[in-house]
Amino acid sequence: MSNEPKRRWPDMTLFEEVAPSGAPSDIPTTRVELRVNGETRAAQIEPRLLLAHLIRNGFKLTGTHTGCDTTNCGACTVLYDGQPVKSCTMFAVQANGHDVTTVEGLASSEQLHPIQEGFKDEHGLQCGFCTPGMMLSAVALLNENLNPTEDEVRWALSGNLCRCTGYQNIVKAVLWAAEKMRGDA
Amino acid sequence: MALDEIKIGGLGASRRRVEDNRFIRGKGNYVDDVVLPGMLHMEILRSPLAHAKIKSIDTSAAYAIPGVRMVMTGEMMAARNLAWMPTLSYDTQAVLATDKVRFQGQEVACVIADDPYIAKDGCEAIVVDYEPLPPIVNPTQAMAADAPLIRDDKIGQDNNVIFDWAVGDREGTDRAFAEADLVSEISMHYPRSHPSPIESCGSIADYDRSTSKLTVYMTTQAPHIIRAAVSLVAEIPEHMIRIISPDLGGGFGNKVPVYPGYVMSILASILLEAPVKWIEDKSGNLISTGFGRDVYLKGQLAVRNDGKILAVRMHTDSDHGAFFADAQPSKFKIGLMHSAFACYDIPSAHLTARGVYTNKSPGGVAYRCSFRVTEAMFFQERMVQAAADDLGMDQAEFRRVNLVKDDDFPKRTPFGFLTDSGQYEKCLQIGLDAIGYDDFKKQKEEAKARGRLLGIGISTMTEPLGAGNSREYDILGIKMFDSAELRVHMTGKAILRTGAKTQGQGHETTWAQIVAHELGIPAEDIVVEEGDTDTAPFGMGTYASRSTPVAGAAVSMVSRKIRAKARKIAAHLLEVSDEDIEWELGRFYVRGAHDRGVTIQDCAMAAYSNVPDGMEPGLENNAYYDPPNLTWPFACYIATVEVDPETGVWDVLRLVAVDDCGVRINPMIVEGQIMGGLTEAYAMANMQFITFDEDGNCVGSNYMDYLLPTAWETPGFELHEVVTPCPHHPIGAKGIGECATVGGPAAFVNAVIDALKGTGVRNIDMPLLPDRVYEALQTGNDISGHPPVKTD
Repeated sequence: MSNEPKRRWPDMTLFEEVAPSGAPSDIPTTRVELRVNGETRAAQIEPRLLLAHLIRNGFKLTGTHTGCDTTNCGACTVLYDGQPVKSCTMFAVQANGHDVTTVEGLASSEQLHPIQEGFKDEHGLQCGFCTPGMMLSAVALLNENLNPTEDEVRWALSGNLCRCTGYQNIVKAVLWAAEKMRGDA
Repeated sequence: MALDEIKIGGLGASRRRVEDNRFIRGKGNYVDDVVLPGMLHMEILRSPLAHAKIKSIDTSAAYAIPGVRMVMTGEMMAARNLAWMPTLSYDTQAVLATDKVRFQGQEVACVIADDPYIAKDGCEAIVVDYEPLPPIVNPTQAMAADAPLIRDDKIGQDNNVIFDWAVGDREGTDRAFAEADLVSEISMHYPRSHPSPIESCGSIADYDRSTSKLTVYMTTQAPHIIRAAVSLVAEIPEHMIRIISPDLGGGFGNKVPVYPGYVMSILASILLEAPVKWIEDKSGNLISTGFGRDVYLKGQLAVRNDGKILAVRMHTDSDHGAFFADAQPSKFKIGLMHSAFACYDIPSAHLTARGVYTNKSPGGVAYRCSFRVTEAMFFQERMVQAAADDLGMDQAEFRRVNLVKDDDFPKRTPFGFLTDSGQYEKCLQIGLDAIGYDDFKKQKEEAKARGRLLGIGISTMTEPLGAGNSREYDILGIKMFDSAELRVHMTGKAILRTGAKTQGQGHETTWAQIVAHELGIPAEDIVVEEGDTDTAPFGMGTYASRSTPVAGAAVSMVSRKIRAKARKIAAHLLEVSDEDIEWELGRFYVRGAHDRGVTIQDCAMAAYSNVPDGMEPGLENNAYYDPPNLTWPFACYIATVEVDPETGVWDVLRLVAVDDCGVRINPMIVEGQIMGGLTEAYAMANMQFITFDEDGNCVGSNYMDYLLPTAWETPGFELHEVVTPCPHHPIGAKGIGECATVGGPAAFVNAVIDALKGTGVRNIDMPLLPDRVYEALQTGNDISGHPPVKTD
């Protein structure tokens, strides 16, 4: 941020305790602190800021996509204390003190998460836009049920839209990951 | 030893996709992910009314909001001669409305601010005073004698008709109809639908005054066409425009046209001397950008008692919205509607087509299809089933009688296209065997006796994919060829660029496979780049299933040019003459001395270090490919369904797909394309449509109202293949990405209508919503989707 020209940027300030100098006084800001992919991050934000936008524009984690703005498509799905939520219709202030996992938190530097391997191996993605949300919904399922049926997978993913694949390979990818995770367990 | 082609990721390898490595990590680079220093944000204010005069626009309250940099209105655009822009169909479209608004969602003003939230605040603060005018929401209203004139901006336009067009043999068709034993007639509406990629449209315009260069990141399937259009509209020299289409979150035809938002962001960047980002919300995407379909058909088949179809007569009325902005070849007014019945041997055919303006959003894009072939094949297969039923003939047998036979190729279609290859009956038979056709018919009768309604529907079709040839196909006069440029580095690794633009099709994976097939360079040694007009060769982009037929062919051809040069280098290295050199995958050797050889990598190194005297160094080339014909894949889709008579809900029992797209470059990706297409087919048959109430309000302006299938509703699909290589394509491939969307809907609808056989119902317009099916069952009447939906 430091190299950018000085300008009004009232919706969020990262790692700062006070509102930026240019912010008008009539827009209150508030400090939030949350754990994102295991790391504590703080920001000074407008209360109306959506969680998806804090993640994308504030924390620069652009793997979380916004598709529909109405909680239907699920491209913005993240894990909120382990549960899948649609971050486009949640205020960032609601995440204060909570744990958020985004797609960037799935893999370690050497090792992909089995769901990532499964999506690649079973051709579970085409344009890739719905993929992060789709994988996080799947991870939420697999964290609770390592032996899901096809119907259980389809139900768990029914809050995520995909326009490219027709879902069949996505379902196979999740079952692939489940099998791998059972083997690893 | 020759290389194992599958091992190096060549033709036929189900190679895992290269692009997935970034997508599964959340490291894709979509337009909204691009951030430029000092970037401002733009939001668009849209019309709430479908048809209204703009009396005044007051932007003062918007300007009073801290952080708002500029508000643009039609008046400002008009002062710079940018209020109107050309469409891809030789019409004009308003960038920002000046005189009146012509559809709900039309762009009225835009606000540029420091932050997207402030830009939205700015839009809310703009006060527009409208004087409502009567809206027109369907062709019947548009053609009424006293209809209000929608395009009063156009000199010489005194009604709402855009075109009256005809193709085929009228007299021959009339004669055949006079001789027919039976004339089967059916009318229907293919409803308006929206391609709706999950990623909406957007752009970031960055005009640099110091270099006079305009760079635009844009969600476009056709960056080079956009560059040409921007150059013409904004009068910026073409070499000073760089369009970058980064990763696209789906396209399906929606990202072919030039949209007002792109133009506004460009002008804003020029005026404010800062990068301006516009990211469309979903509602804006659904109500203002390129839709698909919206065609009414009256169709007739002249049939002989033995099942032979003698002639086809079709009339279409199409609803194009307020501006004629169809993305289609210039020569044809209703796309390739006249490709209908291409798989059948029918002596004569005649089509009349009329297009009209309405107070609805413009578009008419090729939504996952090759310019209206989706409507063509749907109408065809619904007409075929109706005729078989009218004749009392089995629907599979009726098709068998009329399908073009294998040894009849090349064959003129009823409307004059030239088909060149196929094994139609074989595909049909594989489909019938797979579904267990005869058994299912028995099962259906038994179920009927117990009050259950089962049905089976067939759809067989071939469609023209991969425009051009350039003799017949152009957009705004630009010929529809495509291109590839291949640069082999000295270590035998390579970079390939094409004029196409992937949006999920996997070009980064499959183009490398074609190079591997032609040169024996392992696919993993080839990087593929597309979408940047400063680096990619000129091409027409990706839509209408044209990538593999055209750009894919160019990849083959450029690889062969590279191989021809490498052969000369090999001869030099092996100290023999060119004629004594033989090729096997990845290696040249001396004829008669197989162990004396050099690899393609050896030749690459020599191209930079040891070229023969007189040869220019380096190993790179390009190819522009103008296909001699379209490619003609064939498909047979068979669906079985059960209809619940209590509710009208229908479930898919099975869907069998037999696709012949010629040689498959990457079978895994081909199957992925087919399954995706089948899902959109199912969606259109079952739930997905955009309609309008009588006031012109879009009913389907967000994903809560515009129903798209999820993993829960979507049935499973069973895929089969037949391979008839395309005779003119360098590697025998045909288009495939859209076959299932095109051919699929009729299989589902035919199956539901078959389940209702005996009730007197011949047609229910898509989507076959439970209430429509229920009403048809109760009344025995056809159900038309024609009247606008009443929302109150």
